[in-house]
This record gives sequence, structure tokens and C-alpha cells, in this order.
Amino acid sequence: MSNNREENKMQKEVHIPEMESLDEINLDEIPKMTRGSQLKAVWKRFCRNRLAVVGLVIFSIILLTAIFAGVFVPYEKALEQNIAIRNQTSSAEHWLGTDNYGRDIFFRIIHGARYSLLTGMGAVAVGIICGGILGALAGFRGGLLDTIIMRCTDTLLCIPFMLLVLALVAALGTSLTNVLIALMLAMLPTYARVIRSAVLTVVDADYIEASRSCGAKIWRIIFKHVIPNAVGPIIVQATMTVGTMIIWAAGISFLGMGIQPPTPEWGAMLSEGKNFITTTPHLVLYPGLAIAITAFSLNLMGDGLRDALDPRLKD
Amino acid sequence: MIKYVIKRILIIIPMLVVVMFIIYSIMEMTPGEPARLILGTNASQEAVDQLTIELGYDRPFLVRYADYVVNAFTGDFGESWQTGRSVFQEVLIRFPTTIKLAVFAMALAVLIGIPLGILSAVKQYSVFDGVGTTFAMVMASVPSFWLAMMLIILFSVKLRLLPSFGTGSFAHYILPAVSMSCAEIAVLLRFTRTTMVEEIRQDYVRTARAKGQKENKVVFGHALPNALLPVITVTGTEFCGMLGGVVTIETVFSINGVGMLIYNSILQKDVPMVMGCAIFLTASVMLMMLVIDIVYAFIDPRIKARYTRAAKGGKASE
Repeated sequence: MSNNREENKMQKEVHIPEMESLDEINLDEIPKMTRGSQLKAVWKRFCRNRLAVVGLVIFSIILLTAIFAGVFVPYEKALEQNIAIRNQTSSAEHWLGTDNYGRDIFFRIIHGARYSLLTGMGAVAVGIICGGILGALAGFRGGLLDTIIMRCTDTLLCIPFMLLVLALVAALGTSLTNVLIALMLAMLPTYARVIRSAVLTVVDADYIEASRSCGAKIWRIIFKHVIPNAVGPIIVQATMTVGTMIIWAAGISFLGMGIQPPTPEWGAMLSEGKNFITTTPHLVLYPGLAIAITAFSLNLMGDGLRDALDPRLKD
Repeated sequence: MIKYVIKRILIIIPMLVVVMFIIYSIMEMTPGEPARLILGTNASQEAVDQLTIELGYDRPFLVRYADYVVNAFTGDFGESWQTGRSVFQEVLIRFPTTIKLAVFAMALAVLIGIPLGILSAVKQYSVFDGVGTTFAMVMASVPSFWLAMMLIILFSVKLRLLPSFGTGSFAHYILPAVSMSCAEIAVLLRFTRTTMVEEIRQDYVRTARAKGQKENKVVFGHALPNALLPVITVTGTEFCGMLGGVVTIETVFSINGVGMLIYNSILQKDVPMVMGCAIFLTASVMLMMLVIDIVYAFIDPRIKARYTRAAKGGKASE
């Protein structure tokens, strides 16, 4: 009922012009109004999902902590070693205890958020851009180009993900940038497929046909019309995979092939702590919890976004 | 149907050649001279040069790759640069361990995920549904290698109930299988719930209810068989994904499987071994996908009918 009312309201607000007065209309106004009200409707639907809001709040806290980590605790404090206080459990001075080198685990987790979020979000962002270009081209052009791109993605998807990532990291070398590139390359086929199918849902629409007949160039049509209209599934996929990417990046560091200690990355912290799990389990407990909470908040948000962007998908 | 299966098997061959090219190229980019890596830093330059010629590394990349492909298709995957043993034998010894682990984990995921998914769908918007979906969300967010360490701390260190490494008995597989299954439980639970909810809303279910059929019969006799069909595909896809993701779990539990072999081989730049493992895993994934498609066609009467109709039509036209 409320949706119908909203639609009626929107219809009333949009002025339908007479054919003679088309030149007098500022065409930019119409899409702006529609986009604004669409965003509001999505935001309203998102806020109705309490779990999604909880996810958003948790993730915002983690993101702000990562951005302002240096303000809370200087980076040097996360690297400061003190053998005299090594392997201590929680105390008033060291909230989450200290590691094998006497470094404060809480400080390391705060600074680790930067690396983990940067890897997860960076890999997804670059992957979406590159996969987006390939997927949009395949979906929009079709024909031989579509077949070639899709067969390539099919082949890449057959290679076990971890094998591909580990081989790429071994080839490129162990660093934050290389982990990011390896993850992005490994996820590229998935993004290309998602974006292609999203593009296919809008490619035959009348407004695309109209744009084509006006003589618009292919990239203009893709970036101006196709992608903005197919953005829903892309955003959902991106939100859901940031959590997965954070887990995978931690896995690579855990195997000793990602970001190297003493950098306070969560996976690297787990890797350092795994040799002491029998004596000092807190070394692996807290970094793992940090990964799980971040991924959990992103999954909650992704779920809420999916329902908000396409209410038909909601059960 | 047979035509389709043959076509699918034939497609595997060029795909494997491309996969081999990708992995071979990546390994080529890995820094370090193979001969130097094998002989060590103290070896003389003459010895390194001689081994480089023996390994064929004095030839161009594409020539070496073509040679490798030809040999691989005749069953010769070469010998490990580190151990000198046959790659085929080494992978074959470890493969059953990895498969066993993946099967245990998948069985656990199916036994927990699917019933919980059905329960969530049947009792939609109830406490069961809320708990089920939140449980799935938590399971999807927990890194399997971290869960593995937590389980070791609890069941091996504190309670001393289960072994924390090795593969000697069934008990050795419990903790790795549980750790590996957590993400799969989440996927199966959510997917089963979605398909079951869709199925329950279908007209034929409403008709069955209107005819006075008992609720249990409606859910388990009518809706469930149809809802489980797409779940089979997802189970297969997840199993394939699991084969690739065993590396971390095998490392945590010191399990001598293919995952561990890949990890060590990549670290040592043992190109023949990495290639052998990659071909084995990729071929397994491709074959698994083919088996799923065939099983699906046999189980689903709609797809079976389509093939039969197509075959009859073909004959009629001939």
C-alpha cells in the first residue's frame, strides 16, 4: 500500500510536458528528482531491516577506527616490543593482553583494521572496475566478444581460487599491493559474470535503444545508462565480497604469503600466534574475532542492501 | 543426451590446456632460477647451467609449455624438482586424503544446512527462522582456519578429546571437517531456505492444501523434492570450491593432502608439482560439474523430458 502511495506521489510530482514545450524543459531535473526519491526509498527500506542497521553501525565503527587509528594510538605503539611483558593476558593496561614480543594486541588490532579493510575494499573496488568493464562489454556487445570473454571467465573459474591466489602472490612477491592484485585477479571472472548478467537485464530497454538511435557512443551508453541502471546487484555483490576478501586476505597472510610481520595485519597476527595456541590462545582469539565481526557486519549490510535495492528478492 | 555428455567432455580438453597455460605462465613469473633453487645458493655456476639445460630451461617458454602439454596428455606429468619422485604418483597418494576430508565436510554441511534451511522456510518469520538465518550469517563470517584453531584449543588442548593433527583414524578428520563445513553450512542453509520458500508459494502446493492434504505431506511430499533440485547443483559447486580451499585447513592440522602439497610446492617453486596438482584439481572440478549436470538431468523429469523430446524430434526430422 505504502509503495503505491509513494508511486502515485511521484507521478504527481513529475510534470508531463506538452510536445510543443519540450525545448523549454530542463531535462536534467527529471532524472535528478527520480534518483533522489529512489535513493530515499532504498534508504527507508534499508532502515526497516534492524539487523542491516546493526551491521552498518558496527562496520561504521570499524571503518572510523581504521581511518583514525593514528589519532587513537600512534602506529609506533603497535610495533613497540617489550619482552618483559610478553604473552600477558587481559589487564587494565593491556586490554587484550600482549603478544610474544610484548606488543599490545589491542593497539595492533586497531592498526590492523587499516590493512584488512584496505585489502578487502581495495580488491573489490579494483575488481569491480575491471570486471565491470569486461562484463559490461560482453553483455552490451554480445556476439563473438561475449563468447570469448565468457569462455575466459569460465576457464578461470575452474581453477581453484586459493591455488590461483597463492601462485599469483608467489609470482608477484609478498606485499599489500600484490595481495590486492592477486585477490582482484582471482575475483575478476566472478565480477565480470555478475555485471554481465546485470547489464543483460537492461540492455534491451527502450531508453538504451533511444540513446543508441541518438548516436551515443558505446562507452557513454555503458557508463551513463547501462551501469547506473544495473548498479543494484553490483553493490550487493561488492558488499558481500568485501567480507570474503578480508577473510581470504587473512588466509594468505596466515599462510605466510601475504603481508609480513611485524605489520599488524589480522591474518599476519594469526600466523604469528598459531605456534603458541596451546600456551597463549589469546594471541589468535582476538585477531580472529576482529575478522569475524567485520565480515559479519558486512554480511548483514549486504543482506539488507539486497532487500532494499530489490524488494522482490525479499522472501 | 549422449551427444551432450561427449560435447561437455571434449570441452574439458581445451579448457585444461588454457588452465595449464595460465598456471605455467604464473610459475614462470615467480622470481628465482629453478636450477639455483634446486641446487642451493652454494652450488657452482657450471652445475647450475648444466641443470638448467637438463630441465630444458635454456629453451623458449612456449616450446617448454608445448612440450609439457604433450607429455601431460600422454600421462607424463614429470618429476618433482624437490623430491625427484613422479608427480603423478605423489598427487595420487595424497588425493584420497583431500577427497575424504572434503566429503566428510560436505556431508556435515548437507546434514546440518539442508534440514535447518527447510525448518527456516517452513517456519518462516518464526524464532526458528530468525535463529537459523542468523546462525548462517555467523557461519559465513567465521574464517575456517581461525575456527580450526579455536576447535583445537577446546577439543584437543583443554578437553583432550580429539587429535589436533594427522590422519590416522576417523577421529583425526572430525575437527578439520567441522572447520571446513562452517561456510558450506551457511551457503546450504540460506539456499535451501530460499528455494523452499519459493516452492511453498507455488500454485500446486496451494492446490494440495486446498484438497485437504496433510501439511507434512504437502511440505515433504510435494514441495521438498522440487526445492532440493537446485540445492544439488549448489552442493556440487560448493564441493568443488572446497577442494580448492583445503590449503589452510590442511596446514593448520598438518594433513598430508593435495592442499599442503600445493602450498609447499609453490613456496619451493616446484613447477612440475604445482602444475600436476593444478591439473588434478581443475580436472576434478570440471568432471564434478559435468557429473552434477548429468545427475540433475536424470533427477529432474522436466530436463529429462526436454532431452527425450529433442531426441525424438531429431529422429522425426531425419
